[in-house]
Amino acid sequence: MSNLTREETEALIAEVLEVYPEKAQKDRAKHLAVNDQSVEQSKKCITSNRKSLPGVMTIRGCAYAGSKGVVWGPIKDMIHISHGPVGCGQYSRAGRRNYYVGVTGVNTFGTMNFTSDFQEKDIVFGGDKKLAKIINEIEALFPLHKGISVQSECPIGLIGDDIEAVSKKGAVELNKPVVPVRCEGFRGVSQSLGHHIANDSIRDWVFGRDGKDVKQEFVPGPYDVSIIGDYNIGGDAWSSRILLEEMGLRVVAQWSGDGTLAEIELTPKVKLNLIHCYRSMNYIARHMEEKYNIPWIEYNFFGPTKIAESLRAIAAHFDDTIKAGAEAVIAKYQPMVDAIVGKYKARLEGKRVMLYVGGLRPRHVIGSYEDLGMEVVGTGYEFGHNDDYDRTIKEMGNATLLYDDVTGFEFEEFVKRVKPDLIGSGIKEKYIFQKMGVPFRQMHSWDYSGPYHGYDGFAIFARDMDMTINNPCWKKMEAPWLKKPEAEELAKAA
Amino acid sequence: MALRQCAIYGKGGIGKSTTTQNLVAGLAELGKKVMIVGCDPKADSTRLILHAKAQNSIMEMAANAGSVEDLELEDVMKVGYRDIKCVESGGPEPGVGCAGRGVITAINFLEEEGAYEEDLDFVFYDVLGDVVCGGFAMPIRENKAQEIYIVCSGEMMAMYAANNIAKGIVKYANSGGVRLAGLICNSRNTAREDELIMELARQLGTTMIHFVPRDNVVQRAEIRRMTVIEYEPTAKQAQEYRDLATKIINNKNFVIPTPITMDELEELLMGFGIMEAEDESIVGKTAAEEAVAVAA
Repeated sequence: MSNLTREETEALIAEVLEVYPEKAQKDRAKHLAVNDQSVEQSKKCITSNRKSLPGVMTIRGCAYAGSKGVVWGPIKDMIHISHGPVGCGQYSRAGRRNYYVGVTGVNTFGTMNFTSDFQEKDIVFGGDKKLAKIINEIEALFPLHKGISVQSECPIGLIGDDIEAVSKKGAVELNKPVVPVRCEGFRGVSQSLGHHIANDSIRDWVFGRDGKDVKQEFVPGPYDVSIIGDYNIGGDAWSSRILLEEMGLRVVAQWSGDGTLAEIELTPKVKLNLIHCYRSMNYIARHMEEKYNIPWIEYNFFGPTKIAESLRAIAAHFDDTIKAGAEAVIAKYQPMVDAIVGKYKARLEGKRVMLYVGGLRPRHVIGSYEDLGMEVVGTGYEFGHNDDYDRTIKEMGNATLLYDDVTGFEFEEFVKRVKPDLIGSGIKEKYIFQKMGVPFRQMHSWDYSGPYHGYDGFAIFARDMDMTINNPCWKKMEAPWLKKPEAEELAKAA
Repeated sequence: MALRQCAIYGKGGIGKSTTTQNLVAGLAELGKKVMIVGCDPKADSTRLILHAKAQNSIMEMAANAGSVEDLELEDVMKVGYRDIKCVESGGPEPGVGCAGRGVITAINFLEEEGAYEEDLDFVFYDVLGDVVCGGFAMPIRENKAQEIYIVCSGEMMAMYAANNIAKGIVKYANSGGVRLAGLICNSRNTAREDELIMELARQLGTTMIHFVPRDNVVQRAEIRRMTVIEYEPTAKQAQEYRDLATKIINNKNFVIPTPITMDELEELLMGFGIMEAEDESIVGKTAAEEAVAVAA
């Protein structure tokens, strides 16, 4: 099916909105748009970061998910207490595939679930004493932990526990940071506020300690950078880091995939902050710019075109050595890129993709698809803000679909009409679309694959997209007894 | 006789617990089987019946035992004067946790353990002064207390609170069977107090079920952790509580209240000379400004 024209896309949106009651229709209309590259400010065409409508199927998470699940959780040598009833911590445990190096349970704790497991009595009498006890027990049982964060679940905010006082006392007793995070799930409209709250808590409770926890003397160098907003899903940060190191930079910190407390504390000493996931960590980058005069730039390591662009943009902040280093890296990997594109492009050329994901992906992965000759015909953010859409408009073709906080109904209807060859979205959407016969990749955890960042990641990305789209199973969607006898088979029989 | 569940509300410090326990003692004397459920973290709703300082509460014992499921009914229910059954929900010290959740948990526990299935004529819930959150409205939700008695006096804030409680009853009356059953005037010896409360009751669509005069014997009995009926059965005040008990037994006047507006309440207070007419010209003026105005 050929791509829709602007008028057809507008008509499609109008048709989808038709079924809503008047008030919902009015609200949802603001979140759906036809892309127009000439628009400079996205606020002229789309509304985002608003409360979801009751009754629709939204795919959003909560502030706790944003803080514990995204920002804090991957810091591997700290222990993150899911403070409240057991479910929030247990059902989010290790689901995000933030890879790390270390001995789990000894010096790293990424895949473990620490929770205060609230009971009725903790709600009625408050949980502060229990929290204090947990902090002491952690110190006794896991002496190699570098610090603790207290991730508030909803009840903490409702019953007014003073986790700040408990944390302050704990930090003095342990001589390690104990960080209270007010990320109660009912706050804000999505996980996005949780990212912000988590960023602010690092600013106030980790930077505030002025490097007290960094034992060895750190000698800053001229090429020090940090990777911010890479959660090392399936090893993403590792396949990014090697490129930066090969071009001559020193990566001081990874925020926060495979990251450590010491790295976080050293970050105010770097020369440049490199932001991959702008949505979840721009806050801390802006803070470091204001407070420590550290510039920051956004980069994109999805697909060779964007990687080369980003490497050159990063190098532009440094001297000729680094600039030459960047060119050398690009040249070094060119044969690999040619081989990948040579192998897969013919199999993927012209395939059309619809995306609906979170964070940076709705715009960042577009380049990866384009490098393989594919086209992204619809995209949207679970919890983006308008600065995300500002950055998306130019990446998307004219007359493509933009959908913010898309509802289950809208997404299904769009897919029925646009008929993409591939959908990239989350686990809740996966099986619905697969049952509809549409190839699907789970683009939150890379469908248990990855990494997708960097040149190494691009090779895996290309292979995964090919084996999904060109999987023979899609030809078997019709039940055998419903199949009409095919002409060729009849001919064969004759 | 079917079980009647009553809740006592009213402004903090108005004498809800004292009135409830004395009245319940009167009911017991008349042969009624009664249970008191204290719904206040202070847990002082049963001390006059049990001659105790404060009864061990459900939530306190649940915290010690691990969870409320670890408790048995006989652990939490004490029997006092004339076989009155006593339970305290309990809750946290001020400033921590969620006392409202404590009330909900405790009442759910009593229901599950069959505390209401016993041979009872009356259950009285003695609820903390202000209905600050959903937890303290628990006793008047569906299938709990059907009759609400509001303790008040002729003081402005007590009447203000009574009117607010009536508003809360309206909310739950529409979704369940809860009704306002009357005002109990616990006298503070203000002028024309009985007429005033009768008039407030009329405007709220109910009656002043009884006027309890002020009498020091109540305090003398309290010091001994006793009700007046037990401490000095022949006292005039004991008869007052017996009268109140009898009136409650015979009460059939259960209404959805008609709360009044702030203006109506002020008008009522002005009519009885408790409040002066508002002088709009002095609103927001400091003492210094007034002095200047007077001098001019």
